Amino acid sequence: MSSNNNEWRSAAVSTGTTIIAVRYDGGVVIGSDSRASMGGEYVSSRVINKVVQVHDKIFCCMSGSLADAQAVTNAVIHKLNFHSMQMGEPPLVQSAASIMREFCYNHRDELSAGFIVAGWDRKKGAQVFDVSMGGMVVEQEFTIGGSGSTYIYGYVDAKFKPGMTRQQCVTFTTNAITLAMDRDNVSGGVVHLAVVTESGAERQLIPGNKLPVFQRI
Amino acid sequence: MATAMAMNRIQHLTGSNNLVPDWMSKEVSTGTTIMAVEFDGGVVIGADSRTTTGAYIANRVTDKLTPIHDHIYCCRSGSAADTQAIADVVTYQLGFHSIELDEPPLVQTAANLFKEMCYRYREELMAGIIVAGWDKRRGGQVYTVPVGGMLVRQPVSVGGSGSTYIYGYVDSNYKSGMNKEECLRFTAGALSLAMERDGSSGGVVRLASISEEGVERRVILGNELPKISRA
Repeated sequence: MSSNNNEWRSAAVSTGTTIIAVRYDGGVVIGSDSRASMGGEYVSSRVINKVVQVHDKIFCCMSGSLADAQAVTNAVIHKLNFHSMQMGEPPLVQSAASIMREFCYNHRDELSAGFIVAGWDRKKGAQVFDVSMGGMVVEQEFTIGGSGSTYIYGYVDAKFKPGMTRQQCVTFTTNAITLAMDRDNVSGGVVHLAVVTESGAERQLIPGNKLPVFQRI
Repeated sequence: MATAMAMNRIQHLTGSNNLVPDWMSKEVSTGTTIMAVEFDGGVVIGADSRTTTGAYIANRVTDKLTPIHDHIYCCRSGSAADTQAIADVVTYQLGFHSIELDEPPLVQTAANLFKEMCYRYREELMAGIIVAGWDKRRGGQVYTVPVGGMLVRQPVSVGGSGSTYIYGYVDSNYKSGMNKEECLRFTAGALSLAMERDGSSGGVVRLASISEEGVERRVILGNELPKISRA
């Protein structure tokens, strides 16, 4: 369909992506797809994990320019670690979101990356924060992000109910990412999940052949 | 008004837009959500009712479901002027064709007429159209003619700016073999979700069901919309 097959060679690597996080009573479930694309034409990696652990019980999901997202995430891991050592206790999820926001806002003209920060802390339990591209922070019960998220707004609006169990949240997350991957050409691959509770964090990978199958129209 | 027009010309030349509101210079667009579903015996079509010129809602009760023939309708999205003009031309062409044939036209014929026009003039037009109806040969059919002039038949089709938000919902909730009532509920639900997320879609939900018996139209007002979202 494109006349020049080499445009992707000069395009930046982007996580055209689908990311989602949802909290339930006792923890959070975080998920993402696994595709990194260049110029929307070439898949530079089909197995990257966009769910990054920034501390024992705090994770963040990356979207947008992969270089920017990785740089910010690494800076946040460093700063959060230092902050946690200074305070002498595990950091709050809000602190992680705050540090993330500092970077995103102060460098908003240079950066092109959006994040979801989610985890568990002793003060407020499970929390999900959406740190969008310009540096706005919003705490929500669940949030979706990335290019694939536009296709699932209707689905998550209809399907989410407060008071879901852990297993229902895992199903909700997996279904949402699968539906987005089916429609967004820059999201795809496998589904990476992480579940964070008081007792710790647990990662899960759902390969392509184990994803739910929806009626093909 | 004259001052505004003069300012408009200056703006157009200089490219700035602080002096005059954007809706005085923006084209009328049916930034919209449209949808059509086939069932055994007919089709259900639906649309929102908002027409915008930039940030101004020029018409909040638009009817985007346009009759082309007795049992064939089209759902319009994109430029309001373009789609109205195309629909008028196709209505004329199809009416003439039907008289020549001395029988009701096929939905596929109507869809092909839309496609011919949308493809031939694809550089000048901005029109996304869903053609749906009933005929004796193939029953209920939905054909989509998106921007560019492609033509494809689908059991379910969504279109317009609001459609991107409901692909996941439609993919997961559609089951083949639904009856007319289920299709109406499915369509109303999907349109409500899209209207809630898309700034260019809103107002009321207009529905129509087309079958051998004819066309049955209904309107769902804002306060009667299905409350699917928990917000």
